[in-house]
Amino acid sequence: MINATTAGLVLAGVLFTLGLISMLIRRNIIFMLVSVEIMLNAAGLAFIVAASRWGQPEGQVMFMFILAMAAAEVSVGLALILQLYHQLKSLDSDEASRMRG
Amino acid sequence: MGTAFYIAAAVAVLSTIMVITRYNIMHALLYFNVSMLSVAVVFYLYGAPFMAALELIVYAGAIMVLIIFFVMMLNLGSQTAGEERSWMTPGVWIGPSVLCLVLLAELVYLMVQPADTGAEIKVVDPKEVGKSLFGPYMLAVELAGMLLMAGIVGAYHLGRQKKKIVHRFLENSPS
Repeated sequence: MINATTAGLVLAGVLFTLGLISMLIRRNIIFMLVSVEIMLNAAGLAFIVAASRWGQPEGQVMFMFILAMAAAEVSVGLALILQLYHQLKSLDSDEASRMRG
Repeated sequence: MGTAFYIAAAVAVLSTIMVITRYNIMHALLYFNVSMLSVAVVFYLYGAPFMAALELIVYAGAIMVLIIFFVMMLNLGSQTAGEERSWMTPGVWIGPSVLCLVLLAELVYLMVQPADTGAEIKVVDPKEVGKSLFGPYMLAVELAGMLLMAGIVGAYHLGRQKKKIVHRFLENSPS
């Protein structure tokens, strides 16, 4: 049985890599937003594991900041996707590469 | 610690793989919610019960509801009821339900069992987190508040529907 800290960090790494793969292979904008959420969650998991390893509250404080940032990012991101959907009538992210000023 | 952590980690990785391989976005969001729940169980195992509660409330509660409402808002129409019926086939809800039941059984087992954290897991009290948050990190808390304010204002400004004034001859033509 491996160390608890190592196991938690490996889990965080696996989740982050899955989010990164999803970010790279998807073209739907909402899926890309969800994969960003997966990656933020994995980063928060790494902070929590580090906090429990050292017994210090700083890791959990950083997780709360990640949580606040994720909430703000989702609200602004969804509003941007809404505008893009009204402009392009599509959720394909490649459509947005042809937009002009 | 050992077996409970591995079960929760397996559920997390499995549901995240299901998230990134689904074609229907509602199925993906369902599995993403299960992934959040299992990560909350992992937080609980690592001695951060308050962070597990925050993960459930903010991530699995607020953010996921926001995304799900947004997705539902985009495809309104008369075919929605038929789609809803076709979405609720057993193949859709059996997967997340089984994973959720595994998490629930694990959580009940952890609650009835006397708390024995491993040697290297140190429980950090929410009191310590609060003292640290409003002591040395006061400025960062204020900055997070300003970020949330900017998020609210930005979402309102971007999500507002501008009233387009078109000539009545042009009303039926696509803009």
